[in-house]
Amino acid sequence: MDKLLATVLSAPLSQILQQHPICRDFFLNLRILDINWDLPLMQALDLVDGEAISEFGLDKEMILRDFCDFLKTFGKKAEDSLAIKSVTILGGHGKTGAGEIQEFTVSIGEIVSIVGPTGSGKSRLLADIECLADGDTPTGRTILIDGRKLSDAERFDVEGRLIAQLSQNMNFVMDLTVREFLEMHAGSRLSMNVGKTIERCFACANELAGEKFTMETRVTQLSGGQSRALMIADTAYMSTSPIVLIDEIENAGIDRRQAIAILARKEKIVFISTHDPLLALSADKRIVISNGGISRILLTSDEEKSCLDSIEKLDATIFCLRNSLRSGHEITREILKGQEP
Amino acid sequence: MKLITFAGPPSSGKTSVILKLVEAMNIASGEIGAVKFDCLTSFDNLRYQEAGIPVVTGFSGKLCPDHFFVSNIESAVEWGIKSGFKILVTESAGLCNRCSPYITGILSICVIDNLSGVNTPRKIGPMLKMADIVVVTKGDIVRQAEREVFAFNIRQVNTAARIFFINGITGQGAPMLARHLQGAREIEGLRDMKLRFTTPAAVCSYCTGEIRIGEQYQMGTMKKMEFKLPSHG
Repeated sequence: MDKLLATVLSAPLSQILQQHPICRDFFLNLRILDINWDLPLMQALDLVDGEAISEFGLDKEMILRDFCDFLKTFGKKAEDSLAIKSVTILGGHGKTGAGEIQEFTVSIGEIVSIVGPTGSGKSRLLADIECLADGDTPTGRTILIDGRKLSDAERFDVEGRLIAQLSQNMNFVMDLTVREFLEMHAGSRLSMNVGKTIERCFACANELAGEKFTMETRVTQLSGGQSRALMIADTAYMSTSPIVLIDEIENAGIDRRQAIAILARKEKIVFISTHDPLLALSADKRIVISNGGISRILLTSDEEKSCLDSIEKLDATIFCLRNSLRSGHEITREILKGQEP
Repeated sequence: MKLITFAGPPSSGKTSVILKLVEAMNIASGEIGAVKFDCLTSFDNLRYQEAGIPVVTGFSGKLCPDHFFVSNIESAVEWGIKSGFKILVTESAGLCNRCSPYITGILSICVIDNLSGVNTPRKIGPMLKMADIVVVTKGDIVRQAEREVFAFNIRQVNTAARIFFINGITGQGAPMLARHLQGAREIEGLRDMKLRFTTPAAVCSYCTGEIRIGEQYQMGTMKKMEFKLPSHG
């Protein structure tokens, strides 16, 4: 008899619950709100209203089998991050059907910016990478990992672990508090230390956001900037995915350099779609998109890198101006000269 | 002929997903047909016709949609075989969260969308639990974190199903499922095959047209709720 089955048959439910807190959900899903946790499963089921169980089309034996499957599926520890070496984009076509650059490979540790006019197809490129396009998207691109296409079986295997995505999309459909949202997400990633993970996310999000929010704020009430900050922190602390996709971080009213630093912490491949000179030139390479296709790939030149210091000063000045406006101060020539008010 | 059954809540994207799958399968016109089981009315037959796919639409009207499905599916398959289809897809809307128009041995696909609420997968019941494949649509509208939680909740209810994310508008994700569908079993009929789950049961006075409220009008299979008075401290 398999070991798991033997445990389920003999151990009190409370012992299983201790190892797999998620197993509480198994019973809630079957509308079993009250079960004697001191008994093993089969004995505990004897005391449960049989009619409710039969409405789910189940009997005790089926519940036993389902419970074992449930534990097998969710009993895995949060898995180690995937080790990959490179991402390759095989070109497709632009909006008019014209071709684009044929092949471009990005290696681990590199940051690549994506630039181009609004509507040119920057988000589309990120979407192609996100779904590991296989010639099945409007651009006809193919994405390779470590130089080859993943098989369907491999795609299932890496699902959700390969790519972390920070989209422009600010919608929340679920109406939960920040705490409930973080708990639910950490739970779904089978995080071993939910409490600690969500505390770190929350602290980081508040550091990035202009206006502070609390754990009890509803996610649907967050401002664009707060919501963005929460998602950056969520991506940074809950995900170990080696590929990070970031779409237009600059519009969100948050400290974007700090945000990038947080997101690109470890050895990752980062793609950032941006209009921001500072972010674009901080990257190692940049992809230029026009009319839906990749028209050029540039290496950040030494001259560009030497401009970064000056751009940073300009940026700091703009940052001061914005903060002065936000806090209700008047703009002075002193600030324009790059001095704090 | 291969039979593939699709079920899912209204407006979850069943028809869009099917049409994108047909595109991805690259199948000649006349080789695939569709049967749409609906309740009162439907406009999807036009979409099938536009795509050049022969379609028959049936309305359950005042009957339970699942009872309607099971009493017509055999004729649907006969129609498909006589029409010379290589593939027949059926589509039915799950309405009471207990619907499960799936047949043992026939590829069964549940379509649900990311906008339906994060706990919805845990409430849908047999329609989700008994499916071989779960297709999630409208993922482009929510963020990754929300998609993850949603998929996690699907797995809670159906640990065995393969989950596919398909964009019903662009067709993203459809080719992978289309490849998967090629493994669906060939059948010559459905005689003596079995539903995976019993249909909702009720033969009561209201089934036969009673509309008056009151105990004296209630006959047959009834289920009563318990209402306890709140205790006053």
